[in-house]
Amino acid sequence: MRNSPKLIALNIVAVLGALVMFFPFLWTVITSISPGASLSSTPSLIPENPSFSAYTELFANTPFARIVLNSLGLAVATTVVQLVTSSLAAYAFSRLPFRGRGVLFGLYLATMMIPIQVLIVPLFVQMKNLGLVDTYLGVLLPSVASAFGVFLLRQAMNSVPRELDEAATIDGAGHFRIFGGIMLPLIGPALATLTVFSFMSSWNSFLWPLIILRSAELKTLPLALAGLQGQYTTQWDVMMAGSVISILPMVALYLFAQKYVVQSVASSGIK
Amino acid sequence: MTITTPRAPRTEAASARATSAPPRGSSRRADTRYALTVLCFLVPSAVPMLAFTVYPMFGAMWASLHEWNLISPMTWVGIDNYVHLIQDRDTQDAFAHTFYYIGGYLPLVYVGGLALAIALNTRLKGRNLLRGIYFLPVVTSWIAVALVWRWLLNPSSGIVNQVLAQIGIEGPGWYTDPAWAMPSIILASAWKDLGFVMIILLAGLQAIPQDLYEAATVDGAGWWRRLFSVTLPMLTPSTFFVIVISLINGFQVFDQVYAMTGGGPAGASQVVVQQVYDLTFRYGAAGEASALSWMLFVLVLAVTVIQIRGQKRWVNYA
Repeated sequence: MRNSPKLIALNIVAVLGALVMFFPFLWTVITSISPGASLSSTPSLIPENPSFSAYTELFANTPFARIVLNSLGLAVATTVVQLVTSSLAAYAFSRLPFRGRGVLFGLYLATMMIPIQVLIVPLFVQMKNLGLVDTYLGVLLPSVASAFGVFLLRQAMNSVPRELDEAATIDGAGHFRIFGGIMLPLIGPALATLTVFSFMSSWNSFLWPLIILRSAELKTLPLALAGLQGQYTTQWDVMMAGSVISILPMVALYLFAQKYVVQSVASSGIK
Repeated sequence: MTITTPRAPRTEAASARATSAPPRGSSRRADTRYALTVLCFLVPSAVPMLAFTVYPMFGAMWASLHEWNLISPMTWVGIDNYVHLIQDRDTQDAFAHTFYYIGGYLPLVYVGGLALAIALNTRLKGRNLLRGIYFLPVVTSWIAVALVWRWLLNPSSGIVNQVLAQIGIEGPGWYTDPAWAMPSIILASAWKDLGFVMIILLAGLQAIPQDLYEAATVDGAGWWRRLFSVTLPMLTPSTFFVIVISLINGFQVFDQVYAMTGGGPAGASQVVVQQVYDLTFRYGAAGEASALSWMLFVLVLAVTVIQIRGQKRWVNYA
């Protein structure tokens, strides 16, 4: 399919499309540094008096610094916990035969299809009974186990040659030694992928934190952003500054780990 | 997505268990130790999974058979919640809006994603950069993105209507207009997910053997002919995956609706999950909300199972 005029046309569309796709990001940044962007005035493409006043406003008059830290702390905690629980379970599913293993793994896969929405009412009651409403532990607990993580890491471990652990067993290593000393170092790319996905899903998660967190100073970024709409109804520069703060870390993380993210998404479709 | 479980070679402990010889003291101790090892690996993940996914799943089933406002004790009502929901006008509307969303969103992301995948599956310079840009919205938070789209589509000073005015078109009220609220949500959702669909289809395209195209060209097939007779049939496994995932996610659409319209104006974009949320936390009808979420889950499950059953008819696995 080389040199076809239709392909050239498609290429031009792809480039123009990329500009259109990128424009909302550009516009967000431009608006955030155009003081006074509001219902009555649309900022110009090249800001006349660029200023960071919207950011100052945000950090001075709302607990935004605290909120960024809340999101960061929860995302790091979720990621670490999911890496630990998923890699341990993945090792059991890959290397430790036991009765009912296939059924249990099937159950894990099935839970990937259960939407969080089906669980919110009973989960909320559970957290209330445990006294965990309006606490970080209440936000964290439902995402301690990750079926996606177990699945991803098991796939990676299955592709590690079994001769390696057999050799280690002969040398007298137990399962914990094999797990920590052989398996984990060999599935680095899969661990990187899970790190990105766990961090991303926690940083961006909305519905569950919305239900559990009540106090203003405990809220996470998405909750605070949704709240900005009420507080700054028409001050779009401030709202866009909030959006930039929420989007930027994910963009940075994505650029850093692009290879892993794209590879894992791409391979999910071929299998 | 076929999942294969390769048979693991049996470990000593497992084969010791399999032999019918009566357990001697030492091998029983080895069995216990092996069982403890398995538990150490499994418990940190399996217990939270049972406690916070499987158990609440059945909790929701139980709650759906009761009248309950989260505070006073539950009253058994049998299947009344389900009966009421099926007859309820608001529920029917919420399902209709959800179908409307899927009907607009799925063709848009699939055709758009396919066109982009074909365009980027060439030796175009800067291809990786373009791919990166298309994928960027996938990693962002829906709430931030919804805010951005409310600003882009703002009826009076949003850039979209300003540009439309420049070329003499009076832009619609977008998310403030009942007729345009759902199209606005569909537009923003397609923008956000386009890169995801593109990456999956691109991987599918790259798995198609080049000699198929060469053979088709020799046979005199033109560009469109090759698209319909080679590319699309060979791409059916990726297409299948995109449709399954998009339908699962489409039925659960919530974040963007909550942040862009809140289900409004006048309930014009109220979707099923938003209705679950409102029933629970605004109307104190947790029993009904549980019943509605189970209805949604069964629907998603049925749609997925039907697709998996039906894939033999149209999906070509090489």
